[in-house]
Amino acid sequence: MSTALPVRNRPPVSLRPATAKDSSQDRQKQMIADHYEKLAHAKENGQKVVYTFVPGNLTELLQALDLLPVLPEINALQSGMRQKSAGYIAEAEKAGHSEDVCTYVKCDIGMLKSGNFGPTGTKLPEPDLLLLSYTGCFTFLKWFELLREEYKCPVVMLHVPYQPDGVISPEMREYVVNQLRDEVIPALERLSGKKLDMDKLKYHLDLSRQAEDDLVKVWESAKHKPSPIDGYFGGVYYIGPIFTSFRGSQDAVDYYRELRGECEARILRNEGPQTPDGLMGEQRYRLVVEGPPNWTSFPDFWRMFAKEGAVVVASTYTRVGGLYDTGFRHDSSQPLETMANYCLGCYTNLGLPTRVDLLERYIREYEADGFLINSVKSCNSFSAGQLLMLRQLEQRTGVPGGFIESDLVDPRYFSKANIENRLQSYFQMIDARRLRVSA
Amino acid sequence: MAETTTQTPGLPGADRASQILHQARTVMDDLHLGPVQRWKAAHPGGLAIGYMPIYVPRPLFEAIGCLPVTIFGGGDQVDIIRGDSYFQSYICHIPRSTIELGLNGHLNCLDGMVFPSLCDVIRNLGGMWKMLFPDRWSSYLDLPQNFALHLGGKFYAQELKRIARELHERGAKAYDPEALREAIRHENRRRLAINVLDNLRRTEPWRLPTSDMYVLLRAGGLMPALEHAQMLEEFADAVRARPARPFDNVRVVLVGAFCEQPPLDLIRTLEKSGCDIVDDDLQLGLRYIESAIDDTTSDPLEALANSFIQYGAATASRYIGTAEKGAALLEKVQATKADGVVFAAASFCDPALLDQPMLEAALERNGVPFTAFKFSENTGQFQVIREQAGAFSDSVKLWGTVQ
Repeated sequence: MSTALPVRNRPPVSLRPATAKDSSQDRQKQMIADHYEKLAHAKENGQKVVYTFVPGNLTELLQALDLLPVLPEINALQSGMRQKSAGYIAEAEKAGHSEDVCTYVKCDIGMLKSGNFGPTGTKLPEPDLLLLSYTGCFTFLKWFELLREEYKCPVVMLHVPYQPDGVISPEMREYVVNQLRDEVIPALERLSGKKLDMDKLKYHLDLSRQAEDDLVKVWESAKHKPSPIDGYFGGVYYIGPIFTSFRGSQDAVDYYRELRGECEARILRNEGPQTPDGLMGEQRYRLVVEGPPNWTSFPDFWRMFAKEGAVVVASTYTRVGGLYDTGFRHDSSQPLETMANYCLGCYTNLGLPTRVDLLERYIREYEADGFLINSVKSCNSFSAGQLLMLRQLEQRTGVPGGFIESDLVDPRYFSKANIENRLQSYFQMIDARRLRVSA
Repeated sequence: MAETTTQTPGLPGADRASQILHQARTVMDDLHLGPVQRWKAAHPGGLAIGYMPIYVPRPLFEAIGCLPVTIFGGGDQVDIIRGDSYFQSYICHIPRSTIELGLNGHLNCLDGMVFPSLCDVIRNLGGMWKMLFPDRWSSYLDLPQNFALHLGGKFYAQELKRIARELHERGAKAYDPEALREAIRHENRRRLAINVLDNLRRTEPWRLPTSDMYVLLRAGGLMPALEHAQMLEEFADAVRARPARPFDNVRVVLVGAFCEQPPLDLIRTLEKSGCDIVDDDLQLGLRYIESAIDDTTSDPLEALANSFIQYGAATASRYIGTAEKGAALLEKVQATKADGVVFAAASFCDPALLDQPMLEAALERNGVPFTAFKFSENTGQFQVIREQAGAFSDSVKLWGTVQ
């Protein structure tokens, strides 16, 4: 029999003292600040503003036409992290929005009704156009119908077909390409007042590919033991530039080159990732996580894992704005086709069987000890079917699965004690499984 | 229509309209899909293809020798045991009861399932179905949200060809344009019969209450279009002969973008509360195409696809690009001379609940009173709804608005 301590009595893992921030963090912070500064002065500088969504975003196209993107999901999650979302959601519910629906939407509507002040405290410019890229989430469609009512501005829609079987058919691709060519690009050209320069688009697509190459190296660094990254809590910072306004920019290329270098340096030093309280020490549990995080209690949520020595080696939330580690890269030789492939391939645009296959691959390739679902109330695109995914993955891999529930930005649905208890029970389950295996 | 002499067991001496209603109710309540099993026995080699609400192009299935069967979950008739273990508390009810029906064998007579692109839950239910029933054919049907004929229309026609091809590979007849033209004619006839009844309900709602209309239409989800059309035509003749007297009710449009269906008793509760429901979107799938479909063209498949693009009803699951949100509802209110609107959305129904504030705003701008509540398919307590609807109808009757 093993003489391992019962889990309840195990001390939290020790964290090494916080070191200076990685310089990539500072770089990202500056990039974001610069972007919001541009937005703050967009109207006086005559720059047109396009609101759009993260999954299926067409950032290279916007850059090629000198349009400035605003991503309402990012504003909502930032509001959650800044403890503003509860008030915004209450504002939207007072205006008649149901308590049952997506809290990103309500947070955004509430922020709008409260003056539309963005994450940096400056007022966000109103959209000149809503670019509705309908990829993987039905709520996007309703969200921009709601915003159109508020802003009275035009909308251009890109309907991206769903991949129920994980296969992009020629008909799907053709449908998206034709919409881009016949409707989306002409609408953006009208807004910008200039013709799309294909060479410029290709230039940005090339930059996207470079950043994507480095991001994949960052993800794959988690195969190393100890993992130099946390692919979920840290991962949400890593995806910041590439999922938002910066994919296709030199800034993003520089950021990901630097981030990759930092990860490789940590591997050489045998170091774990940064956590809210310092560098992670012993890594007791390597986890794969499915589902978005909670934003209103993000640091506390992260600590629940970090103090138990749980590091996330791969996650699906960090693939919603682009799934690169299965091989996709933007390809400037086929500009419209590659944008179509990108939109079609985002994680939540994949059928459940394909999502299960991907998770199984992560569990095996990253040698995970466990698989955990954070099921968020707001997001049916992610959440509906997760309990079956859990069963399937347990059957296929033999790795224990865990299930916790919270929400994106509604603090009413984040129960710290409840989640912490469940996590501790889950870690006990992994330990018990290890004991059985080693006995 | 000539009256038939069919006797309905259990209803000796009842008038013909009541007999037809009883037949329809029997079909609607048969969770073992007896009518589908009988259809299959009468049509050797025919495939029964279930589909989730709201809309699929039924004529395509009929044209290739399949019976399209609407699956509305288990309603208030099924205890959910296994179904609940697959869904979190914040997911609507219809996927739970549908999984329950699938796992307990109620849907075994179906040869396949189609999951149209209605919402994220029904979409993901399609993925679950593939994992739970890997040996049975199932397909996602991506209804276009781009309504240009050369874009969304073309894509949709390709989707329909794919479905026909996949079903042919599993034993259905090969696609034949003439068979599709005939199926479209049958669907058009059914649509006309529904229009006749809708008009009757609007002019004499006391003669044809929505609770009866609902049962008649619901049965159509398990019948070929021609058979259903004949039933509706016969009922339209019979119901005019049925004695009826007007009530002093308010006229309301019932809106819920209904995928998950309310219990029949909830509809009756609204009627008992003083509301004549003169229009609704309960059985929207049968009314989704708001025009006859071209049954003369050389390419009926394209006509079927284009009918969705050009004549699809404004509902929560359909993107409204340039038209004013709520305009279609306001037109309906005016056309039916309704006094107000009752919103009844299924709990946790994203499309309906996200749509509702925009529709409410349109009604407010135009001074149309409304009230709203939520339900689940297995809701069993109606007293609160009765009080709310009663207060609404009284208020509208007394003041013409909600005070």
